[in-house]
Amino acid sequence: MIEIKDIAKAFNGKEVLKGITSTFREGETNLIIGGSGTGKSVLLKTMIGLIKPDRGNVLYSGRDFYNSDKDMRQSIRREMGVLFQGGALFDSQTVEENVRFPLDMLTDISAAEKKERVEFCLQRVGLEGTGKRMPSEISGGMKKRVGIARAIVMNPKYLFCDEPNSGLDPLTSVKIDELIKEITEEYKITTVIITHDMNSVMEIGQNIIFLYQGDKLWEGLNSDITNTKVPELNEFIFANKLLRDAAKENQNK
Amino acid sequence: MSVIGKYFIFLGSLFGKGEKLSVYWRRFMEESVGIGVSSIFIVAIVSTFIGAVSCIQTAYNLVSPIIPVSTVALIVRDMQILELAPTITCIVLAGKVGSNIASELGTMRITEQIDALEVMGINSSSYLVLPKVLAAMFTFPMLVILAAFLGIFGGYLAGTLTGVITERDYLYGIRDSFVPYNLFFMCVKPFVFGFLIATISSYQGFFTQGGALEVGRSSTQAVTNSCISILIADYLLAQLLL
Ligand SMILES: Nc1ncnc2c1ncn2[C@@H]1O[C@H](COP(=O)(O)OP(=O)(O)OP(=O)(O)O)[C@@H](O)[C@H]1O
Ligand SMILES: [Mg+2]
Repeated sequence: MIEIKDIAKAFNGKEVLKGITSTFREGETNLIIGGSGTGKSVLLKTMIGLIKPDRGNVLYSGRDFYNSDKDMRQSIRREMGVLFQGGALFDSQTVEENVRFPLDMLTDISAAEKKERVEFCLQRVGLEGTGKRMPSEISGGMKKRVGIARAIVMNPKYLFCDEPNSGLDPLTSVKIDELIKEITEEYKITTVIITHDMNSVMEIGQNIIFLYQGDKLWEGLNSDITNTKVPELNEFIFANKLLRDAAKENQNK
Repeated sequence: MSVIGKYFIFLGSLFGKGEKLSVYWRRFMEESVGIGVSSIFIVAIVSTFIGAVSCIQTAYNLVSPIIPVSTVALIVRDMQILELAPTITCIVLAGKVGSNIASELGTMRITEQIDALEVMGINSSSYLVLPKVLAAMFTFPMLVILAAFLGIFGGYLAGTLTGVITERDYLYGIRDSFVPYNLFFMCVKPFVFGFLIATISSYQGFFTQGGALEVGRSSTQAVTNSCISILIADYLLAQLLL
């Protein structure tokens, strides 16, 4: 479980996050949704320690990330896996080396164990046999998968994904969503996903928070999201005409 | 001024908490190949031609019956050792290695690869930059020694092929009134320049913000700043050590 309390951040006097409080639950896919530039990525980066918030706390299973000593912070970090918006694979290393990288850097396990673990993770994301290729030789969807494989290689307790399906075709994007959901439930991970894809929201959104210009305007389950009274959220959801029609039909019934 | 302050803070961060020694050793080897070995070709070409040109031009300027012809070789040697081999080689390397370092790190920054390292709890500046700096300080002096050798050899080739100096005069000239201290001076320069090029270019790349356009800009800036710093350092070293 991750709790965030009153997270605020301003860049050059411009408030990007205005005090966000929420809880992300274990074994569930927690979604952060909102339009472009509303501070989703910044919120995620404050949670994983890349951007220090101006105020507020992030608690990992009760451990306060920013008010811990270095060792504690380091051990929390080792429990995190992050999938970045663009995958963030290391260009100079093969797929296999990318996935093995955290093991090489952070553990002392034997080469055979590493190999086994890497193969397992690659197979878990459906990429067995691509280990020897370079990131420049694989497709965008495959890069995301490699990113996921690298994120889960250390058996994380917390998984963060920034727009795991942006720039992918609908089919691949559904597959990636399902993969993340499966992994989350299988290993009881606390997963936080940023998305503005309504498909993902309806498919895998168990606990959703909606950001609008740095404020949290709504929080709830995906089953409730279509009948909210928050105008900004409605606008966001019903930008998609199909959903708009579906909602109207529901109301008419 | 704040840039210089930030640069020194950046230098400090290189020596923060690091990783396993074996990791650094592997990274150092990788970078030595990337920075040093892959520069051999360009250094060889440039230095051979500069040596050849400096021999012919010196011979052209030294037509006097009272100066022995072997003086041409002596001048070529001293120019190579004191200035051309270390400084020109390092200016060339600033272009090749500096732009390479800055664009590599800049790309890693904008594609969030550096963030990915940080999230894993890896000191990214130390992991990425320190091996580059050490590799540059280690390989640049060797490249300069090669350059000096090839420069003098280039002078020999040009001089004997065009007939401005005989083989005997050239070989006599390059051994005449030789000051071994100059060799030490020649090796100190690339050691210092390597440090400057690697740290300045890394700094430019590491703090790139934006997109591909900014990576290009960092890379240009890295070369410009490296060259300026080399020339200033060259002057200071000459004052200090000669
Ligand atoms: N390092 C930074 N320095 C200054 N401003 C920043 C920085 N990072 C983000 N911002 C600003 O914060 C705001 C929110 O950015 P953020 O990246 O969180 O948006 P987002 O919700 O993730 O959008 P998208 O869906 O397009 O990724 C933007 O206006 C952006 O310009
Ligand atoms: Mg974003």
